[in-house]
Amino acid sequence: MTAPMIEIDGLGISFGKGARRLNAVRDVSLSIAEGEAFGLVGESGSGKSTVLNAVAGLIGDYSGTIRIGGAVVSLSRSHAQRRLIQMVFQDPYGSLHPRHTVDKILSEPARIHGLTNVEKRVERALADVGLKPEHRFRFPHQLSGGQRQRVAIARAIVLEPRVLLLDEPTSALDVSVQAEVLNLLRRLRRERGFTTIMVSHNLAVVSYMCGRLAVMNRGRILETLASADLAAGRFDHAYTRQLFRASSGYDRELLQDLWEEA
Amino acid sequence: MSAPILDVENLRVTFPTYQGFVDVVRGVSFSLGRERLGIVGESGSGKSLTGRSIMRLVPSPGRVSADRLSFVGMDLLKVPEKEMPKIRGKRISMVLQDPKFSLNPVMTVGQQIEEAFRLHVARDRALARAKSIEALKAVKIRDPEAVYHLYPHQLSGGMGQRVMIAMMLIPEPQLLIADEPTSALDVTVQLQVLAILDDLVRERGMSLILISHDLGMVSAFCDRVMIMYAGKVVETVKASELHQVQHPYAKGLLASSPRLGDDRPELPVLQRDASWAR
Repeated sequence: MTAPMIEIDGLGISFGKGARRLNAVRDVSLSIAEGEAFGLVGESGSGKSTVLNAVAGLIGDYSGTIRIGGAVVSLSRSHAQRRLIQMVFQDPYGSLHPRHTVDKILSEPARIHGLTNVEKRVERALADVGLKPEHRFRFPHQLSGGQRQRVAIARAIVLEPRVLLLDEPTSALDVSVQAEVLNLLRRLRRERGFTTIMVSHNLAVVSYMCGRLAVMNRGRILETLASADLAAGRFDHAYTRQLFRASSGYDRELLQDLWEEA
Repeated sequence: MSAPILDVENLRVTFPTYQGFVDVVRGVSFSLGRERLGIVGESGSGKSLTGRSIMRLVPSPGRVSADRLSFVGMDLLKVPEKEMPKIRGKRISMVLQDPKFSLNPVMTVGQQIEEAFRLHVARDRALARAKSIEALKAVKIRDPEAVYHLYPHQLSGGMGQRVMIAMMLIPEPQLLIADEPTSALDVTVQLQVLAILDDLVRERGMSLILISHDLGMVSAFCDRVMIMYAGKVVETVKASELHQVQHPYAKGLLASSPRLGDDRPELPVLQRDASWAR
């Protein structure tokens, strides 16, 4: 077996000091193979996005090690290491520069990384995410939410990364638009063989997109299981059961349990 | 069936633009008894404006017109603006989407709830305080005395939403309009908030309109579901018969969301048809 693409060992992240210290992530270990689609689920504050940010190199102060493509990485990364990993954020309204055109948004990362043929790359990225050439010189406010998220995905793939990090990529979108973006992400993964980590609180979306997933609560990974097992109800942890039942719709009986726990 | 609480016929909301008048809600009709009605649609389908028209909260320069908009026999369109505060908040209340933006950030939770009581019920301060604590208890806040003194930024999302529900329910309205009350919340917290709404609606015999884009959640919670598209009601179904919907838009919506254990290679994307909007 080849070495895993992403290997996280004993990751711990805390914010604040003294009595206000918050351990956001505690002793998280993961191993994700090249080309695998991995999901992280949990409620707000469970630390799932923090893990993603640490992998992306947005958080420097952590304990434990993160290895990407076999090499240990830290906050200061070379251009080549940064290019390896790209991220798509939750809110397409907040993550695009409001005064940059789509063209500028897409060509900037390519120029920063000193790539040649920027023109061609931008055209290709636009076509890959299903946007038309006429969208190229528009500003984000002239696009719909779904189109903006396509631009954010194009910005991530223009550098031809090997790892794509997805932080709730569809939770700000309508259901009908969500299906388009999910299809797009699945197609890109098929064509380009990305390794992906997807964070979401929607179990159905994560299990549709990922082969394996980890359930997080209060900074810890409770269990790691295959999506098929989740769908079939084969899991061990009580918290997973709660999430599972909560996402199957409104259910009076479940509430009794939830209140008792709260 | 008993006389309807709310009777809406041919409701229209119009906004002037540079290209002329645009109808955002185009002839919506429904009547509501003592039940839980869900209104589902995508962004821009006019579902929120339908709710706001009932409260007479459509922002200027929007204009509301209807053949009939009656609330327990009263014509809401003819009530003078001066009289509206006796209805709005008192007999019809509204829970909004995000407690972060809709609670007053510089007033404590207790003051805000008391304000609702003193405005609508009685001016007695001591009674208002006791009632506020009681209302916080009713929405299952564990330590109401402590939460009473907190500011909205000190609350979690689910708690904030429960505070808002407490505030809306203190004048004991007959109709509650909840506009995306849970879409800013986690799945488990969503369930808790829904359960509180459910209990209160049952215990107090209120009518509820739940506006949301989440078809699954609405169908599990409401008695009836009304599906809106481009300002029109395209179909109304019993929640239990949701899988039998006829309209292609509703069918497309149902098919396009992934389910647990979904093994479809690709999700069907909604193909819009210009004739739906006609």
